[in-house]
Amino acid sequence: MTIERRTVLKGMLGTTALIAAPAVLRAQGAPFKIGLLTVKTGPLAQGGIQMEQGIAAFLKEKNGTLGGRKIELIVADTGGNPAGAKTKAQEVVERDNVNVILGPLAAFELLAITDYVREKQTPLISLAAAEDVTQRKANPFVIRPSATSAQTCHVMGDYAAKDMKYKRAATISEDFAFGYEQMAGFQRAFEDNGGKVVKKLWPPLVTPDYTPYIAQIGNVDCVFNGFAGSNPVKFMRAYADLGVKSKVPLLAGWTAMDDALLRSLGDEAVGVLSAAWYSADFESPSNKRFVAAMQKDYNVLPGGYSAGMYVAGQCVEAAIAKLGSKADDRKALADELHNVSLIDTPRGPVKFDKYGNVIGDVFIRKCERKDGKLVNTVIKRYPNVSQFWTYDETAFLAAPVYARDVPPAKNLE
Amino acid sequence: MSLRSPRFAALAISILLLLTLPAWVGNPYYINIASQILFWAVVALALNVLVGYAGLVSLGHAGLFGMAGYTAGLLLQAGHGHLVADIAAIVATLLTSAIFAILSLRSTGIGFLMITLALGQILWGIAYRWASLTNGDNGVNITTRPEFLGINLANASAFYYATLVVFGLAVISMAVFVRSPFGASVRGTRDQARRMNALGYNVWLIRFMAFLISGFWTGVAGLLFVYYNQFISPQVMALQTSAEVLLMVISGGTGTLLGPVVGAAIVVIMKNVVSAYIERWNLVLGVIFVAIISFMPEGLVPGTARLWRYGWHRLTSRKPSAGDKPGDRAQ
Repeated sequence: MTIERRTVLKGMLGTTALIAAPAVLRAQGAPFKIGLLTVKTGPLAQGGIQMEQGIAAFLKEKNGTLGGRKIELIVADTGGNPAGAKTKAQEVVERDNVNVILGPLAAFELLAITDYVREKQTPLISLAAAEDVTQRKANPFVIRPSATSAQTCHVMGDYAAKDMKYKRAATISEDFAFGYEQMAGFQRAFEDNGGKVVKKLWPPLVTPDYTPYIAQIGNVDCVFNGFAGSNPVKFMRAYADLGVKSKVPLLAGWTAMDDALLRSLGDEAVGVLSAAWYSADFESPSNKRFVAAMQKDYNVLPGGYSAGMYVAGQCVEAAIAKLGSKADDRKALADELHNVSLIDTPRGPVKFDKYGNVIGDVFIRKCERKDGKLVNTVIKRYPNVSQFWTYDETAFLAAPVYARDVPPAKNLE
Repeated sequence: MSLRSPRFAALAISILLLLTLPAWVGNPYYINIASQILFWAVVALALNVLVGYAGLVSLGHAGLFGMAGYTAGLLLQAGHGHLVADIAAIVATLLTSAIFAILSLRSTGIGFLMITLALGQILWGIAYRWASLTNGDNGVNITTRPEFLGINLANASAFYYATLVVFGLAVISMAVFVRSPFGASVRGTRDQARRMNALGYNVWLIRFMAFLISGFWTGVAGLLFVYYNQFISPQVMALQTSAEVLLMVISGGTGTLLGPVVGAAIVVIMKNVVSAYIERWNLVLGVIFVAIISFMPEGLVPGTARLWRYGWHRLTSRKPSAGDKPGDRAQ
């Protein structure tokens, strides 16, 4: 499974591609270089490894060739911290001279290198959710094919209030920016549709026991959680063990109920509703190919981290195909990436707004047990969801970025 | 040190190599790695003042490091000039160091370590939680590097030379410090605090001053760090940074001038260069540390010097004298 850095898919190219398309190969010039900034060590490594698997699965499907160009993939481990992300970005840009960067994973890593990629004029396709990267601090070299933190949470707020008719909600998420932005989005859409967020709980990033937090939830109709990494597993287990789950339904953001987590979960996850921009259960031709490949090569059900990288690969492919020989012009590539419009991706149709953020579908899924296995079954699909949801773009951007107390929670008890 | 001595030759060669580094390294990426080694070496040298010479192990230096970075970053963001931001950063770090010292010097040994650890974590907590000021874990961006004598430090080589100048000043000041009567009194408080006291020295004040020197250079390195990354977030103030710098000092050799520099080089190279080739670079780093502690418990620099002397002795005389067996410590 381990993909050696700088083996650069040589094996794949050497065998499959040579047999399949020798003429094309001979016609090609220098390879098109993709630098993947991911996390292979430390607490974020699980998501980072899934990212690498996602792009590797895509390149394998394409025989290591996108838009007629041979692809060289360079994988760098940032260690999951901002300074590491900066150094590794310098490595892939200045030493390896990549055409495009995929990654990094965490918001604080992305924020550490956005100015740098702008200065070096290198396009970057990230999964990190930090709102402002495609809003108040939009960067012409950055596109995001996944979602902002709140993009799926607006949808969940809307669904909880309108479809589920919940009136009172509590939110719980890690005490950091990704959590704040998610909960803010949920709260805004939920309260705009008549709901009330009466409790907001913020356990620290590393919390050995969630019991004291769950005990504070009180009298509500639902709990929305936005945990990430391996925390959702711990949280949901405690939530079910304390017997709260049977009384208060649990809602989740995409990282809290990611398909890749399902194999670590048990009955505690059954019935949880989640809003996500990707679902392994989604029926599109490319998603079926992708899920099958991931199960064959890595024996995993792919989640958002892998799917996001697959979609990122599709965006690169579309841009190369459009630009042809001009694909090595990094500025042209960045501009073209903004214009990419795809019909068939594992997450459905994808296009980008002028800030570089995706406009795509958001799924409401319900976790069920089918044939003994957990699946997130899509029960509702919101098409073409923008990062601004239904709000006016100008007013949205004029307001301060979502934070712990922004927008203020007026209904706390 | 005479002009013909091997130490002088080694010194001259290293200075020459450092001065010409951008020319023979070529690729800006490696020049940047060299800059990183130099500013981490400055922090390690700063911590070494406390750990090596004063015998006080601090785990709060990441807080001081971040204090300088955040002060400069926030002032720059508020539209102040580089000079104002830099001076304010150093002053803020010195004040914080003074407060750290006043609180932590009530104790030595484990007590000192725990108090500095707690103080460092408080600063980390402030950076992380006081989001209206520090922007929380989304961090602070610095759009430009300063210009210095008309040279824009945005260029990798220019930044390297600026860092090299600071590093040179740090090394010289450490060398002066070690040889000065004050340096001797600091070592005195490490080895025989009660006797120093009995001799009429103000042990507390000596340690306090040592803390300020350490804090000053940590602040300077913090500034270099923030200018290098053009970004600072609470991660860098976390305990891990303090521990890493301490590892640099211990692995290189406490109480030596060269040790912290070598330690910084090992850690930075492992983290940034070797990690590109070996996925489990953490493991390799761990093995290196264990090897150093097992075979050269005094640190890499004194340990190598010991082996060198031993080998030299074996080569030059058939009868090794009792004083130069490998078991002897360098100190």
